[in-house]
Amino acid sequence: MFEAFIDSQPGSIALGIIWGIMAIGVYITYKVLDIADLTVDGSFSTGGAVLVVCVTSGMNIWLAMLLAFISGCLAGLVTAIFHTKFGIPAILAGILTQLALYSINLRILGGMANLPISFRKYNLLLTLSDIPKSLIMGGIFTVALIAILYWFFGTEIGHSLRATGCNQTMSRANGVNTNVAKTIGIVLSNGIVALSGALLAQYNGYADINMGRGAIVIGLAAVIIGEVVFGKIFRNFALKLLSVVIGGVAYYFFINLVLTLGLPANDLKLLQAVIVAVFLGIPYWKNSITKGKHKIKKENKGGVINA
Amino acid sequence: MLEIKDVYKVFNAGTVNEKIALSGLNLTLADGDFVTVIGGNGAGKSTMLNMISGVYPCDEGQIVLDGKDITSMKEHRRAKYLGRVFQDPMMGTAATMSIEENLAMAYRRTRHRGLAWGVSRPEKSTYKELVASLGLGLENRMTTKVGLLSGGQRQAITLLMATIQKPKMLLLDEHTAALDPKTAAKVLEITDEIVKNDSLTTMMITHNMKDALRLGNRLVMMHEGRIIFDVSGEEKAKLDVPDLLKMFEKASGGEFANDRMLLA
Repeated sequence: MFEAFIDSQPGSIALGIIWGIMAIGVYITYKVLDIADLTVDGSFSTGGAVLVVCVTSGMNIWLAMLLAFISGCLAGLVTAIFHTKFGIPAILAGILTQLALYSINLRILGGMANLPISFRKYNLLLTLSDIPKSLIMGGIFTVALIAILYWFFGTEIGHSLRATGCNQTMSRANGVNTNVAKTIGIVLSNGIVALSGALLAQYNGYADINMGRGAIVIGLAAVIIGEVVFGKIFRNFALKLLSVVIGGVAYYFFINLVLTLGLPANDLKLLQAVIVAVFLGIPYWKNSITKGKHKIKKENKGGVINA
Repeated sequence: MLEIKDVYKVFNAGTVNEKIALSGLNLTLADGDFVTVIGGNGAGKSTMLNMISGVYPCDEGQIVLDGKDITSMKEHRRAKYLGRVFQDPMMGTAATMSIEENLAMAYRRTRHRGLAWGVSRPEKSTYKELVASLGLGLENRMTTKVGLLSGGQRQAITLLMATIQKPKMLLLDEHTAALDPKTAAKVLEITDEIVKNDSLTTMMITHNMKDALRLGNRLVMMHEGRIIFDVSGEEKAKLDVPDLLKMFEKASGGEFANDRMLLA
């Protein structure tokens, strides 16, 4: 049993990296902007569907990747418009777009729930049947994405996104159009998520209407695991993004382990939900336990300005 | 510099919680005026500041800043003209960003934001000098996240941010009320220094009557959404706290000044 587990490790690492890239998208909305964006469940499938349809109709793989990215951006734009122009709470705006995307994704897939793409016929960037290549490609994508985002969040626009996620009053008082900042963040996030969906479709050899179901939960799991494990050591923004991808890999390692130990695959989503709920709960429980201690600390310190 | 003309603001209109916050407010400030604003709770002081900064739209009336009608201008657009410090020390800074990043945000208040670096290298040394001028020893912690600073330190940084690009007006909304007395005194001292150095047109809300009398060249008292008392120059210099309390009682129809005003 464990031999099978160890044999399957490279595969689960590749999967973890692909989902980790998706989790970087989630990180931008959930951590930087402080918005839980549920669009991703839909935009992940959109990315996969767009890629498969484009490539099977003869398009260049890189151009197809670009289109997949843009399709995700558009999905994000819809959510952002629902949120900033219609005044719909972000979480509900995301759910609405996700619902609409189900129909749209079916249309992209030509009415089919599943569309295959063969690595034998097309020149794919990564595939299940060539795991070393997939690992290298996944690694390259991860590094390039982290580098670009590291640069972006160091720019003036990037700063205005970070400020908006932290304190909207302060942001507006300093001339930031918070609606624009949120829109840029949600658009970028869903573009990355769709890109990851496009990678997974190639890896699996098909796009599926349900491939994004629960993506937000996997993304959150990767973000939170990364934070719990590396939060104390990784202070740099690039390292924080890296920890998200490592979180994705750790998550898939764990999933693979419980499946090997005999958990029925049908119960997987239940387990995912429980894991994320517990990890989300930990900081809250920690807080309520240590509350008393913090108070005493504050009083000792006093309010002296040089404290 | 600033003209507020007959401004009305009603919250929750038509409900049981209807609250007339501003009721025909008129106020004109000259260039360089430092006006302190006092008044009981619910008098409309904070609402007035929020209307100037564009947090809420006016129901009626007009606000003109330096000859420009800003009545319907969006909050983030007005920001380039206004420096703001809030009552809550947490409000004026982004906790997850460093001191220099916060200052850089404020420095770009008047400019278009693009894909240039959020903080450039030459800026860093400028900010360091600025922060050193506060005399709080923060100049060695420029990359520290602002969330790790005390309330007083954050308020001092917010003051720097509000004035890093000389604003047409500085709006201070009880910015020392949440601080302990010693820290409050220090922040007020810094405030007075910055306002004097840049001869900024300033509006400062306070519950502390002594501060209201000691600082600034003009004092206005608000009650029920209007200005009921307005003194400046010599006349203001002659006033003391009992005078103010008497004035308040008279103007508000014998109603007592609230505890917070008496204790302050």
